[in-house]
Amino acid sequence: MRSPIRRSAQAAVAVAALSLAAACGGGFDDTAEQQESGSASLTMLIASSGDAETQAVQDQVAAYEQESGNTVDVQVAADLSQELAQGFAGGNPPDVFYLDASRLADQADAGNLFPYVDQVDDVDDFYPNLIDAFTYQDTQYCLPKDFSTLALEINDAAWSAAGLTEADYPTTWEQLATVAQRLTTGTQTGLVIGDTRDRVGAFMVEAGGWFLNGDGTEATVDSSENLEALQYLQTNLAAGSFRYPSGVDAGWGGEAFGTGKAAMTIEGNWLVGAMEADYPDVGYTVVPLPEGPGGPGTLSFTNCLAVAADSDAQDAAVDLATYLTGADAMTALTQDTGVLPSRQSLADAYLQQFPERQAYIDGAEYAQGPVNAPGAEQVLLDFDSQLGGLATGDPQAILDSTQTNLEQAIGG
Amino acid sequence: MTAVPAPAGGLRTRPRREPGRSSARAGQGRAGWAFTAPQVVLIGLFVLVPILMAFWVSLTDWRGRGSPFTGQVGFVGFDNYATILTEPGLARQDFMTALRNNAWYVLLVVPLQTAIALGLALVLNSRIRAKGFFRTAFYFPTVTSSVAISLVFIFLFTGGGAVNGLLGLVGIDGPNWFSDSRGLVHLLGDGLGLWDAANPPAALTDGGPLGLSWWDWLSGPSIALAALILLVVWTSAGGYMLMFLAALQDVPNDVREAAVMDGANAWQRFRAVTLPALRPTLFLVTTLGLIGTWQVFDQVYLISQGNPAKTTLTPAYLSYTSAFETGQWGRAAAMSFVLFAIIIVLTSLQRFLMRDKDAAAEKKAVRAAQRARAASSKTTFFQAGR
Repeated sequence: MRSPIRRSAQAAVAVAALSLAAACGGGFDDTAEQQESGSASLTMLIASSGDAETQAVQDQVAAYEQESGNTVDVQVAADLSQELAQGFAGGNPPDVFYLDASRLADQADAGNLFPYVDQVDDVDDFYPNLIDAFTYQDTQYCLPKDFSTLALEINDAAWSAAGLTEADYPTTWEQLATVAQRLTTGTQTGLVIGDTRDRVGAFMVEAGGWFLNGDGTEATVDSSENLEALQYLQTNLAAGSFRYPSGVDAGWGGEAFGTGKAAMTIEGNWLVGAMEADYPDVGYTVVPLPEGPGGPGTLSFTNCLAVAADSDAQDAAVDLATYLTGADAMTALTQDTGVLPSRQSLADAYLQQFPERQAYIDGAEYAQGPVNAPGAEQVLLDFDSQLGGLATGDPQAILDSTQTNLEQAIGG
Repeated sequence: MTAVPAPAGGLRTRPRREPGRSSARAGQGRAGWAFTAPQVVLIGLFVLVPILMAFWVSLTDWRGRGSPFTGQVGFVGFDNYATILTEPGLARQDFMTALRNNAWYVLLVVPLQTAIALGLALVLNSRIRAKGFFRTAFYFPTVTSSVAISLVFIFLFTGGGAVNGLLGLVGIDGPNWFSDSRGLVHLLGDGLGLWDAANPPAALTDGGPLGLSWWDWLSGPSIALAALILLVVWTSAGGYMLMFLAALQDVPNDVREAAVMDGANAWQRFRAVTLPALRPTLFLVTTLGLIGTWQVFDQVYLISQGNPAKTTLTPAYLSYTSAFETGQWGRAAAMSFVLFAIIIVLTSLQRFLMRDKDAAAEKKAVRAAQRARAASSKTTFFQAGR
């Protein structure tokens, strides 16, 4: 009699072979067959901040369905990147989906995206640096549906309590450091900023630096401009007039600002909605970020409506994406969701409605989009993890290690 | 020893019965396979094949688009393994940081939860009041959703949370738990005056294996990770307590009584009677603990996402982010297989260390005796036949 172990091993191999044959027989590769236009059925995967935003999207989609005769199934993702990954791996991705600018390069590089911007007539109406954020290797992939920028938010009560007036709103780094010092009291910190590239990066831009050069082909992390930005932050963090949210026991800058632990913070226009909902009694003023040695600077955050390369109704998908980024739909969609319209022609009407968001809109002219290179995410996460120790760390060492890692990521 | 002569018929009937028996056996075998076939196919389809597929993915540069089993996917051999194990760079540094964190985590969680579970089981197995209540109370965290528990712990361990409030009562200024990346061993050495944590000795920072310095390897769990360790020990100890409790009730009473008669005190009875009787359960609990702790994911995903300063990053979570966030599926699959290998090696090692040495020796002796008897009985048969 043969040994039972050998026998079960043989059985296992046989089972594996059989199961594999069964699994693979039934078409892992479905090639996308294009649907007839006119009555295509589309799926759209979105991320939503809440019921109001979902409802706004569904209203616009319903209007599109009326006009085009296509049907659209709107799905709200709990975890957008995970659900997208499942869609791509399964060969059946949503036809249209939200895509954050920081994820563009990875997705474009993997061949997941269908670039459709060349089919659109009025691309010039969008802010050029938002279009740039969705451009990878000279191809413009998708249209930004809206955007946000960073600005400096100031607590009015704390400001006047420190004996400061409107004339003292900081416009330079020196002034920012001075007022932060004055606003720092026992329980209140002058400025609380998040300890990630999404806040610290703004200082790098104001100093005239950034992670990559202009066309995103070369890592420029270890530049003297970036060093100056980190040194400026280090000095103020060490002095205690700047702090990270965790240092004042807050989850993010907005929480520290709303609870009065911070007199100033640097956040985007999403802060407006959060303050209204959680801290409606706190009076505050929004001003542009102070200029650094390299001039004015801020960061922009934006999502586009991307179309999947594997979509089986590409024409209809492009149609939906352009409809939802059209002037009418965009006006409705940016109404009460706290985001800014990405079309320049809508700025005036928007500001008439929300004059207090002037500083955020102004930032659009010179805002820097996220790092746009495949494989950069892990490098930037590593940079973020080192920022926590900036107050006592060596800024040059942080920049050097990030430079090495980023070179490896975009070179390989 | 006198060998009992085998009945003469025994030798004669055996060859006659053999053909019938073997065909009956073959029939039984066929029936057995037929009955198990559905399950075997299911296991093959949903366990074995996915594992083989994942192994294939770990050998490719698949980017997560379409099927990984087409010609367009590049085969890269063991490159993904090299990236995380041998090539200097961020990928290896991240993976080694994750392994370091998880190793410290396992080192603390497994002994703690086993000891606490055993302690609770011993207490609840004695004659105390309200046993039912305490059994339920200790078991409760195990059956509660880890999401709910994690959320509660986030609130307990915030800078101004209940834990720091309690510490404040005894005059301790508690840390901001989940955002404190300082390592416990670093702090301990600092407290004992062995080194200055802000200015570590160059001998430790200058070099070290696998892309991390000795200083980094020896950091110990960060304060944030320590909070996670507390959470997990609290959650899982109750479940293992139940296993110990079941095993304790199987410890034969007569043996215990015999020990009492022999004048053994409580500690001696525990050491020499109870603990040996619990050995199989102890092995089960530590093995399950070891496997579970090397795969820790949900608490990290819910509470810390690897922060602060990557001190709560674990291989399972890193593998998840590498695949789903950054699209490096091959590398993520390679990480899982390295983790799998680590678990297999450590479990085997533990099995070897915890083997019953007496039983092993006994088995060896029995086998030797059998061999000897087989040899001698052969001669007996031979002689009988003659």
